[in-house]
Amino acid sequence: MERVPIEPVSVPHLAGLSPADTGNPPIGPLVKAPAPVLAPQIIGARGLAKTYPNGQRVFAGVDLDIRADQRVALIGSNGAGKSTLLKCLIGLLPTTLGEITTLGERFLAASSAAQLTRLRRQIGFVFQNHGLVGRQSVLTNVIQGKLGLPGSWRAFHHALAPQHWREEAMAVLAEVRLADKAGARADQLSGGQAQRVAIARALIRRPRLLIADEPAASLDPAVGRDIMRIFSDLARDHGITLVYTTHDMQHALDYSDRIVALKGGKVHFDRPTARVTARDMEGVFHG
Amino acid sequence: MADAAAAPAARPLPPSRLPSMSPLTFTLIVVVAALFLASMGQVAPSPEKLANGLPRMAELVGRMLPPNTDPGFLQRMGWRILETLQIALVGTVFGVLISLPMGWLAARGISPLGALRHFPRALVSLFRTVPDLVWALLFVSTLGLGAVAGTMTIVVDTIGFCGRFFAEAMEEADKKPQEALHAIGANRVSVLLGAILPDVMPTLINSSLFALEKAVRASVVLGLVGAGGIGQELKVAFDLFQYRNASAIILAIFVIVLAMEFLTDRLRAKFQ
Repeated sequence: MERVPIEPVSVPHLAGLSPADTGNPPIGPLVKAPAPVLAPQIIGARGLAKTYPNGQRVFAGVDLDIRADQRVALIGSNGAGKSTLLKCLIGLLPTTLGEITTLGERFLAASSAAQLTRLRRQIGFVFQNHGLVGRQSVLTNVIQGKLGLPGSWRAFHHALAPQHWREEAMAVLAEVRLADKAGARADQLSGGQAQRVAIARALIRRPRLLIADEPAASLDPAVGRDIMRIFSDLARDHGITLVYTTHDMQHALDYSDRIVALKGGKVHFDRPTARVTARDMEGVFHG
Repeated sequence: MADAAAAPAARPLPPSRLPSMSPLTFTLIVVVAALFLASMGQVAPSPEKLANGLPRMAELVGRMLPPNTDPGFLQRMGWRILETLQIALVGTVFGVLISLPMGWLAARGISPLGALRHFPRALVSLFRTVPDLVWALLFVSTLGLGAVAGTMTIVVDTIGFCGRFFAEAMEEADKKPQEALHAIGANRVSVLLGAILPDVMPTLINSSLFALEKAVRASVVLGLVGAGGIGQELKVAFDLFQYRNASAIILAIFVIVLAMEFLTDRLRAKFQ
């Protein structure tokens, strides 16, 4: 496995160089370079391993360090363990070995019920199949994103929700360009529209971390790209850390800052997207 | 090699005309057939008995005609019909309302009771398997004669009917929205209200309308054991040999049941 350390956010510095060395005119007294500033850690994992009760190993020896505001694509072929790893990282599934710290919650193997509750309040989810309630309106589906937050018992139907939630839901629907569909039933939407509603439902939670499991897998290529663009743009605009799984190489290259590739139950590579080559990607899925 | 290629291929045989049967299945069929033939000899009407009964039936029909249209009697019958409908409606509404939590508690994979869900399920089965006239006798014995006993009978009967169908509908509800809401930390009640009930609402409405239709038919006969409604008037008419009253009541029952079937059919079509 080739690992590239996460590049710290830092300013260019001239420590140790004289003006003559650089060829630039002196610009005043030289100061010591500031320490590298790392964005806050969102997910940290050390030595993760997951084996099913029937003995089937999903992955082993996985280390991850995901920082705030990153858009991370988790790639791998079918059955590589992407979705399982994603669920383990947010405490929805227990691991067999290893230590995880997600959004400040540190747990070994399995998260406690209290940790899981705290984690869920800070995470937005989007699934491959949008998981909307078909017979409910789009507005109700978006407001249902509030369920699980404190005092959210009125969120199961828009008619019972407080007015400011209704307004907030309309605002996020506008962000995914579906405000005009607020009153439509969710089962009357196209696949792409339904997935945009699912994004709005995740956004209304104001999450720090947005988790998406194959968000564009069931959509045609054009709609899939549109969904990924919306995802990526909204995550960047709202300062949300985005972690998503995909087996579409182009989606990973176009809509992430960093790619983590799983292969054979191991991290095959983990590096900034700008440094990932077509050959690297081919290596994940073939050979 | 060449000979083998030239030989005509064996024609495949069609499968047997009758499905193959295990000895156990064959024995069971024989036993059931024997039971049926033995029972027919004992309880089925003989042509002779039917022939003897026909003149008496014709005589009874003659005494029933024309149905009584006396305004005083029609008014009394009207109140009884109204009471019958009230028993059916109130009993069904309460039965449906109780069936919702009962169905939820009994539904596999959804019930918060885990393995204990078999208790509400067994209770629903008990309500369903004991016939409504038996429940009516029990309630008349405990609550006294009249419409309240009839209403309680319909409540229990509706729970037995709807409780089972509601539980099955909830078990078959689309799992994906439920998983989506569970993942964000929604509790079981929120998942029930937000995802399960909206998904199964057409089935719930359908079952409830069937229950109402069934309750109207049941409440008509509950009066025969003293549990109120038009049935009580019918029993009195037969007991006092007032056959013209009886025919008017039978006609009224026919119209009510037909009207209820028409109404519930229309409502079912609307909620599909």
